[in-house]
Amino acid sequence: MSNTASQTAQAPAAEGAPIPVTVLTGYLGSGKTTLLNRILSEDHGRKYAVIVNEFGEIGIDNDLIVESDEEIYEMNNGCVCCTVRGDLVRVVEGLTRRKGRFDAILVETTGLADPVPVAQTFFMDEDVRAKTELDAVVALVDAKHLPLRLKDSREAEDQIAFADVVLLNKTDLVSGEELAKIEATVRAINPHAVIHRTERAGIALDKVLGRKAFDLKKVLDNDPGFLEEAAKAHDEADHVCGPDCDHDHDHHHGHDHHDHHHDHGHHHHGHDHDHAHGEVSPIHDVTVTSISLRAGEIDQRKFFPWIQALTQEEGPNILRLKGIIAFDGDPDRYVVQGVHMIIEGDHQRAWRADEPRESRLVFIGRNLDREELEAGFAACAARPRTPHEA
Amino acid sequence: MPSIAPYDLGEFVERTVFLGDTPVFALADGHLHLPAGGGSVLQAHDGGLLCAAYDPFSDRLLTGGEDGKVMALGAKGQLSELASIGAKWISSVAGGPNGAAGFGSGRTAYARAGDGTLKQRAFERTVEGIAFAPKGFRCAIARYDGASLYFPATEAEPAFLEWKGAHLDVAFSPDGRFVVTTMQENALHGWRVSDGKHMRMTGYPAKVKDWSWSAKGKFLATTGAPAAILWPFSGKDGPMGKAPLELGTRGDTMVTAVACHPSEDMLAIGYQDGMILAVRFQDQKEALLRRGGTAPVRTMAWDGGGRLLAFGSETGEAGVVDIAG
Repeated sequence: MSNTASQTAQAPAAEGAPIPVTVLTGYLGSGKTTLLNRILSEDHGRKYAVIVNEFGEIGIDNDLIVESDEEIYEMNNGCVCCTVRGDLVRVVEGLTRRKGRFDAILVETTGLADPVPVAQTFFMDEDVRAKTELDAVVALVDAKHLPLRLKDSREAEDQIAFADVVLLNKTDLVSGEELAKIEATVRAINPHAVIHRTERAGIALDKVLGRKAFDLKKVLDNDPGFLEEAAKAHDEADHVCGPDCDHDHDHHHGHDHHDHHHDHGHHHHGHDHDHAHGEVSPIHDVTVTSISLRAGEIDQRKFFPWIQALTQEEGPNILRLKGIIAFDGDPDRYVVQGVHMIIEGDHQRAWRADEPRESRLVFIGRNLDREELEAGFAACAARPRTPHEA
Repeated sequence: MPSIAPYDLGEFVERTVFLGDTPVFALADGHLHLPAGGGSVLQAHDGGLLCAAYDPFSDRLLTGGEDGKVMALGAKGQLSELASIGAKWISSVAGGPNGAAGFGSGRTAYARAGDGTLKQRAFERTVEGIAFAPKGFRCAIARYDGASLYFPATEAEPAFLEWKGAHLDVAFSPDGRFVVTTMQENALHGWRVSDGKHMRMTGYPAKVKDWSWSAKGKFLATTGAPAAILWPFSGKDGPMGKAPLELGTRGDTMVTAVACHPSEDMLAIGYQDGMILAVRFQDQKEALLRRGGTAPVRTMAWDGGGRLLAFGSETGEAGVVDIAG
């Protein structure tokens, strides 16, 4: 069951609408608790259950707050990336037995948590999947401390890379110039997240709740990276380095062979860096890359075997994938999304007459081979004038 | 023809049991309904009830809740608090010999002796399920990568029965020779206690969420498939190398609850669509006990005489079937 690609419409849960789940990630001190308190105290008339790792400073007592020990369960199928959060399976099962008790569930992860098993729980466990739907993964980023976080932990980067919505918080603690750099760094890690700048996690709740970011019907609808040319995202990344690239770094760091530990606020641009490949972000301490592919009409007999084999083999390196595919002879847009080895797809809606029938696929991950992905996707192209077979 | 006394309890029925002749329904909202003879309702937990189990050693219902309490309802209708551990969820409960009770919360297993002494033991992984051996004061817990057996009264290190994967619930066979777990994968796993020999029980299309030992422990009946799957446990090797019985196969729905008759080789099977069948092992003869309903059957229990079958569903549809009419 490592690959649950479904090519047909998924039946909604028979008994009532699934309960939306929002996952809040972010390093310690990034403002998760502030955001939670804000969500819970606002007069929205909705009932939330909150699953936290530790009872912290959440000062609201009229909503149910559940403490849960993070428990990563590897599925027994030989795939190391097929993991779920066992504690969430149990707690969500407990919370969803009684109808109408909650309108939504919020999951707050620890600062060091890997967001992937949390998200996969909502796809891989059949009971959880039947009763809930993952709404969005929201990452809080401490604008002041992000550069440091990116140096000392891979988790901070993973949380941003995996997020649908990033709150660039504590913007009041940094200058406008610093903020622009931080935002460009976030954008370089994840060109597809919606970024909001906040102070004290102040944000309209509809920007973080009810996003339907994993809803196949809305795949890429709210994706800023998709609205821009791939080249533009690249420019932005370069832009981070721009001002600092004028400096000669060698004399700053001649004594320091470990680029990742230099303690200057600016982004040191390594000169041993091979820019031609573009597989490694030009920003230091960033190891996640995003690859955006485009093609014309696609042959589904080639595409499905390719994407399934790809996610089987490269699943551990793929954090997220999303795409809209124009299948040859298919009047509807086909949408796909995935997390590691799990992918799902569905028809979304008919192509509009004014839309170019163009296929796009984006990957966020590590060690992704752009050339191989480009070649693989290009090889799925439908040949024009091919007679259709039933 | 069987007759049904239906009850609409309006809330998810987590567990039904018979205490003496009295059917009891434990609801997810923390209430215990005793509808017979005019009816009464007791509140066992604030917030919600998370787990409930019949304790065959003491003929009582044990429940655990979101309020961190473990409660016991005795055969005379007396409700008592066995333990209270503060603001923690109780995720599993089980009864044991000589008035013992055990429960799990997070990564801690608790065992309460009949005299009220409460022993706790920390495990490195979450205690997903707990069970008592039929004799002595010995516990098994289900956990990630296996099951641990230990004697709560001693400080001796638990014996670890290893099998890769997440194990969610655990049971001893009635003769104590085998330990069986349900898994996050669609499978059961078993070990012979004497030598740790493995028993893989796989092939289910869905998670196994209910199980029941048949009279004298000959079979373990399970859900998780379009038929009830019964593994033979009478031989010295348990189900190893033997095919399971499949009873009550239906093409369009899944078995969601099972309850073996207390004395006959007969099984009550509850389905996702609310239907309940009684099926004899020997000739697979089926009798319809309930035509269907609006929700999956969650739980069923026979009375001691084997004439009455109580059932409860996920939406609160419940009832007692009298198979003699």
